[in-house]
Amino acid sequence: MSAAAIDLQNVEFSWPSGARVLAIPQLTIQPRERVFLHGPSGSGKSTLLGIVGGIFQPQAGHVHVLGTSLTRLSGAARDRFRGEQIGFIFQMFNLIPYLSVLENVLLPLGFSAGRAQRMGGADAPAEAKRLLSSLGLSEAGVSQRRVTDLSVGQQQRVAAARALIGRPPILVADEPTSSLDAQIQADFLRLLMTECMSHGTTLLFVSHDLTMAPKFDRTIRIRDINRAAAPTF
Amino acid sequence: MHTTLKLALRSLWNRRTTAVLTVSAIAISVALLLSVQLLRTAARESFANTVSGVDLIVGARSGPLNLLLYSVFRVGDATANVSWASYQKIAHHPDVAWTIPISLGDSHRGFRVMGTDASYFEHYRFAGGRALKFSTGAPFADLYDAVLGSDVAKTLGYRVGDAIIVAHGLGNVSFAEHKDKPFRVAGILAPTGTPVDRTVHVSLQAITAIHIDWQTGMQAPEHYRVSAEQARSRDLTPATITAFLVGMRSRVMTFTMQRAINEYRQEPLLAVLPGIALSQLWELVGVADSALAVIAAFVVLAGLLGMLTAILTSLNERRREMAILRSVGARPGHIFSLLVLEAGILALVGVIGGTLLTYCLLFAGRPLLEHQFGIFVQVHALSGWEWSILAAIIASALLLSLLPAFRAYRNTLSDGLQMRV
Repeated sequence: MSAAAIDLQNVEFSWPSGARVLAIPQLTIQPRERVFLHGPSGSGKSTLLGIVGGIFQPQAGHVHVLGTSLTRLSGAARDRFRGEQIGFIFQMFNLIPYLSVLENVLLPLGFSAGRAQRMGGADAPAEAKRLLSSLGLSEAGVSQRRVTDLSVGQQQRVAAARALIGRPPILVADEPTSSLDAQIQADFLRLLMTECMSHGTTLLFVSHDLTMAPKFDRTIRIRDINRAAAPTF
Repeated sequence: MHTTLKLALRSLWNRRTTAVLTVSAIAISVALLLSVQLLRTAARESFANTVSGVDLIVGARSGPLNLLLYSVFRVGDATANVSWASYQKIAHHPDVAWTIPISLGDSHRGFRVMGTDASYFEHYRFAGGRALKFSTGAPFADLYDAVLGSDVAKTLGYRVGDAIIVAHGLGNVSFAEHKDKPFRVAGILAPTGTPVDRTVHVSLQAITAIHIDWQTGMQAPEHYRVSAEQARSRDLTPATITAFLVGMRSRVMTFTMQRAINEYRQEPLLAVLPGIALSQLWELVGVADSALAVIAAFVVLAGLLGMLTAILTSLNERRREMAILRSVGARPGHIFSLLVLEAGILALVGVIGGTLLTYCLLFAGRPLLEHQFGIFVQVHALSGWEWSILAAIIASALLLSLLPAFRAYRNTLSDGLQMRV
């Protein structure tokens, strides 16, 4: 049997202050699965993503991503692993303001040789432009524009293109649509799904907005898996 | 590395106002340091160039510095004179190739008058062996001929053929003048960048002639006076001279001759080696210029601290930028090197700018330095020492940048992928 894309066993995480934010007995996400992770703010979602991304080390338990034990890797190795295997999109302010759209999309290739290799010698700027246009940013000259001139919806698409360049096996999206209005939100989600499907990308999509849940293979409520989750008010 | 360098450049460009100001501060401080350094070298060279090719300076016994100051720099006065007999005896010694007599004590409108003879124009050397050259005219032929240094001619607007009157004693304003024996400008020397430029040269005989009817600083009463023409027929051999410069036939004999003169029985004389006396004098003067160099070094430090402040201040507003870089695969090491690189670029551009500024200032300020201070600045490429100063500045900038780099590194670790504001 092939390894799970993401596999957490008995993971516990506390901040240095002592507040326990995560206690997850088990979470397994299969390759190519598109998972909707639901939870209110403050429920430990971002911390969970930090653990999956190898930014934070849990005090107890095991974290396997694509068969690799993150808990056994050194900090630098986890950084390298994340750069190569996982693309991230956040709620807002994803882009480096002083780089152009194209430069922002190409950024991960500069830090990760693995991502550049996976493209198999394909022309990186051409691939970036293909991603941008398949995400609905096809107008001429858009790749040279300043990111600060783009609308928030356009910025999120640029962020998605950047997360997807070099075909990382896993895409983590943390509330990427919460600052978009309903129509743009729907467009964005549709384009993102299509792109993930065509490349077999595992998608972990985090949101507090349950209306999007039906579009995913599976919905996980963080309250159901996290025993440390604080009660919501 | 390529990505980090590109990011550093783009990020600096994004904050270009601050970056330009920081670079300017560094450039100005570097220019100050380099200028001080180059001027020190130029001043020292200029100083050492004042006299060259002279093996001994001889005067009445006083101190070596005093002798050097009045005989070469025309500063201060001699306490006693050298008798003509002693001068003749030494001048005719078989080991002596040539001598230049110097007779001081009079002035012309603030410039010193020096009595000497034709050997001065023949043997006097400055700046590593350059001979005196005439820009117009010729050495003195007549008794009442004068040869002006270039500054004298330029400042007072004299040309060949003009008449000048020599004042008795020194100082700008004199009440006792040798009015009855005016001089004619026979020649004007080319600029040398040495005290020669500020000297009025006349013959030794002329010095005797204008003092022929003077007693203890006063001219004799009317009916005892000797006219300019009458003086020509008198014996004008001087009784004393102030000092003289000696060139030996062989350098090897210099020390023997120096000892012989210092032990001369008939008269207390002093012979000094110009090189040694010059370096003693420079040690005295050099303290001020070392202080200047220390001040300049502190200005550079202030410039670098300005850069440190600018980078540290920018860190907080850039936390989000760092978090984004982390999320796309930048390791903490990348963030660290990004900040070190930024500081390195600022310092490098500052140092290059400062060097260019220095050379511009040098080219622009050269005429002024030459005219006002008699310092010839030779514009040459940076010396090894100056290169190492510049390298040290960049190294200090990199060293200082470790502080913001380490801070950013730590922020990066605690912020994770998203900045929590």
